[in-house]
Amino acid sequence: MSVSVKLKKGFDLRMKGIAEKKMVEVTDPVLFAVKPTDFPGLTPKMEVKPGEKVQAGTTLFVDKLNPEIRFTSPVSGTVVAVNRGERRKLLEVVVEKSGDDFINFGKQDLSALSAGKIKELLLASGLWPAVRQRPYHIIASPGSVPKSIFVSGFDSAPLAPDYNFIAENSDASLFQTGITVLKKLTEGKVNLIFNGKSETPERLKKIAGAEISWFSGPHPAGNVGVQIHHLDPLNKGEVVWIVNFQDVTTIGRLFDEGIYKNERIVALTGSEMIAPHYCKMRAGAAIDSLLKEKVKAGHQRYISGNVLTGTNIGEHGFLGFYDAQITVIPEGDYYEFFGWAMPGFDKPSFYRTFFSALLPKKNYLLNTNLHGGERAFVLTGKYEKVVPMDIYPMQLLKAILAQELEMMENLGIYEIAEEDFALCEYICPSKIEIQAIVRQGIDLMIKEMS
Amino acid sequence: MDFLRKKIDQLKPHFSAGGRFSRFQSVFEGLETFIFVPNTVTFKGSHVRDHLDLKRTMTMVILALLPVFLFGAYNIGLQHFRSLGVETGMMENFWFGFLKILPLVVVSYGVGLGIEFIAAQIRGHEINEGFLVTGLLIPLIMPIDIPLWMLAIATAFAVIIGKEVFGGTGMNVFNPALVARAFLFFAYPAWMTGDKVWTEGLTNGAKIVDGFSGATPLALCAAGESTKLPSFLEMFIGTIPGSIGETSTLAILIGALILVVTGVGSWKIIVSVFAGGLGMGLLLNAFAVNAYMELPFYYHYVMGSFAFGAVFMATDPVSASQTETGKWIYGFLIGVLSVLIRVVNPAYPEGVMLAILLMNMFAPLIDYYVVQSNINRRIKRGKVALNKQKV
Repeated sequence: MSVSVKLKKGFDLRMKGIAEKKMVEVTDPVLFAVKPTDFPGLTPKMEVKPGEKVQAGTTLFVDKLNPEIRFTSPVSGTVVAVNRGERRKLLEVVVEKSGDDFINFGKQDLSALSAGKIKELLLASGLWPAVRQRPYHIIASPGSVPKSIFVSGFDSAPLAPDYNFIAENSDASLFQTGITVLKKLTEGKVNLIFNGKSETPERLKKIAGAEISWFSGPHPAGNVGVQIHHLDPLNKGEVVWIVNFQDVTTIGRLFDEGIYKNERIVALTGSEMIAPHYCKMRAGAAIDSLLKEKVKAGHQRYISGNVLTGTNIGEHGFLGFYDAQITVIPEGDYYEFFGWAMPGFDKPSFYRTFFSALLPKKNYLLNTNLHGGERAFVLTGKYEKVVPMDIYPMQLLKAILAQELEMMENLGIYEIAEEDFALCEYICPSKIEIQAIVRQGIDLMIKEMS
Repeated sequence: MDFLRKKIDQLKPHFSAGGRFSRFQSVFEGLETFIFVPNTVTFKGSHVRDHLDLKRTMTMVILALLPVFLFGAYNIGLQHFRSLGVETGMMENFWFGFLKILPLVVVSYGVGLGIEFIAAQIRGHEINEGFLVTGLLIPLIMPIDIPLWMLAIATAFAVIIGKEVFGGTGMNVFNPALVARAFLFFAYPAWMTGDKVWTEGLTNGAKIVDGFSGATPLALCAAGESTKLPSFLEMFIGTIPGSIGETSTLAILIGALILVVTGVGSWKIIVSVFAGGLGMGLLLNAFAVNAYMELPFYYHYVMGSFAFGAVFMATDPVSASQTETGKWIYGFLIGVLSVLIRVVNPAYPEGVMLAILLMNMFAPLIDYYVVQSNINRRIKRGKVALNKQKV
């Protein structure tokens, strides 16, 4: 039985720079990196040294607390750098690509495959981190038993890639294999959620083994956390696994072809891209050569992911493990004369205090200026309008700040991740760092519950 | 602009930590960010942020207060010349009133912002914009004849005891402007009630023409003289004696429109206060034993500070209920209590201030129960899931 959920709460940021539905052939960059910082809460332990030769699928580092979880090289070549930050925190392991060798994990006969064998392969190949869990929105614990698995079939974030377009340009049989594999990992359902606002491609509708639902509404309707909340809400002690849409295909490739080839279609977006478009690249690809001569001049911010939840990776950064989008927007490091008092025809806002409210269909140029200073919570009832869940965001945030564990639990900390509250942060007139507070709360829960 | 920017950048080091004037850092920053939105960029979390900040938010409230302020000035002049029995033009009335209100506004802002600056410096915070609104609200809920020194004390009391002791803007329990009014109401009742304080000059014993009373509609009702009430239309437009900003329901509704359209004020609170007034008004009508109780409910909307309280006081997001369900309850009870106190309690002709302060106190309790019901839903959902597993 498929359901269709219509959400009213939320907000769509109207930004300039959406990617044109056009695939552009690109040559692979030379450098690739795996970044432990893509995985919240991870303590990495290095397994290779600079200078070592690796293949696609060779372990670079493991989770120190859970060494069976491996992080492997996306390409074959040589480890050229292990970059560390403050207090020697491991930031990135950089591999210089040469040739295209893959470790052969062996093609699998799906019908004979057991859940144990699937986990073993995912762990060995370095694809396990693609399986994340709620609560906490971290890499799933291989020992946990998920009550269901969720795959969100659309991304509602600003300028996000169109998954329907991606599906039309990728291999449907690999996706089917991925779903079949996931189905063996849970006794519950594999939920596949599509955008109710657009026509789902036939090849996706035909996918077997998944429970298909449709969600429609403004962002964050495409967030898997919101979908879980409405379809199979998480209670204390329960675990749901989540897998990104394109990672299903990568999983399928591992089982059909026996290789770890973490390739995806990425949308290059943002107002500062000269011609935003789609292209194929592997996780961890260096963006500088890919974006060469494609970005307008000026002081720009390079984001792996979308503007709400992405990571600032800089001009020479690498595509994140979970990201299928690069956004380039201007930095907002300028002073604005009486900016708060201007009529604001060019200032998009969630509120109707600027004249931009009269032009609801226009797409705007957004920059990274904070547009104000940080203050205490003042306005109320606003966060609720962008969180389509039965959750009180402000009360939960205050419980986190007060470190009241029981209250956090009661108010739904298990059901949320940073991305679900990202819009609260965007609209907050007090400029509070809400996503950081959410992660702080989740970290506290992990620490206290283990 | 570039010249100004350069000048500020030159001066900045002197006002930063270690500089000669570092003790004025908060004041300097306050002024700087007032003139220039800072060049701060997002560091973590969302890379883009909404253009709305608290400065803009507060500006919207001030904008909403503008019609009230302008009409207040006009009405002060009108009442003054009426009491003298002189016919005057609209602009003359307005200028007279404007010049009378100006000192009140200056004193309120001067005292309040002074304390805010000091508090911000002590805490090492940026200066908060909250007082921009409070500073204008305070004069608007005062009688025109209030001595300036009283206003200064009340403002200081409101900012220090009403707000800063709780931690500043965003942390206070009571609406600071109402704290100022309540302070004067109980400390200097002679200056806050009666028939004389509402009209400029009356307290100085100015000569008044025969037939001018200066009594507010509420005072008339409390005295059992509701037959002498001005017409509904007159009270709606606001050409009646009363606190500076409270008399014109029309101007207040224009302000309400601005608050609601911009999304800065909660329409739920405004509507529910009026609904509460309606409910209580009808109830009193049904069991009426005197003329006041027989008064049609909608008269309460245009008398005294009912509308002003509903639109500008009850909606203060910090001291109101913070949950959406709670806002309905909170507003409704304010409406109920306001009318109840007016009609039934002989000691206080006006009940809005006390009703809002009382509900400010109960707002966290209302929220507690609203949030608790969310918690109970979640716990129940968990138990159902657990039972399913066992079966």
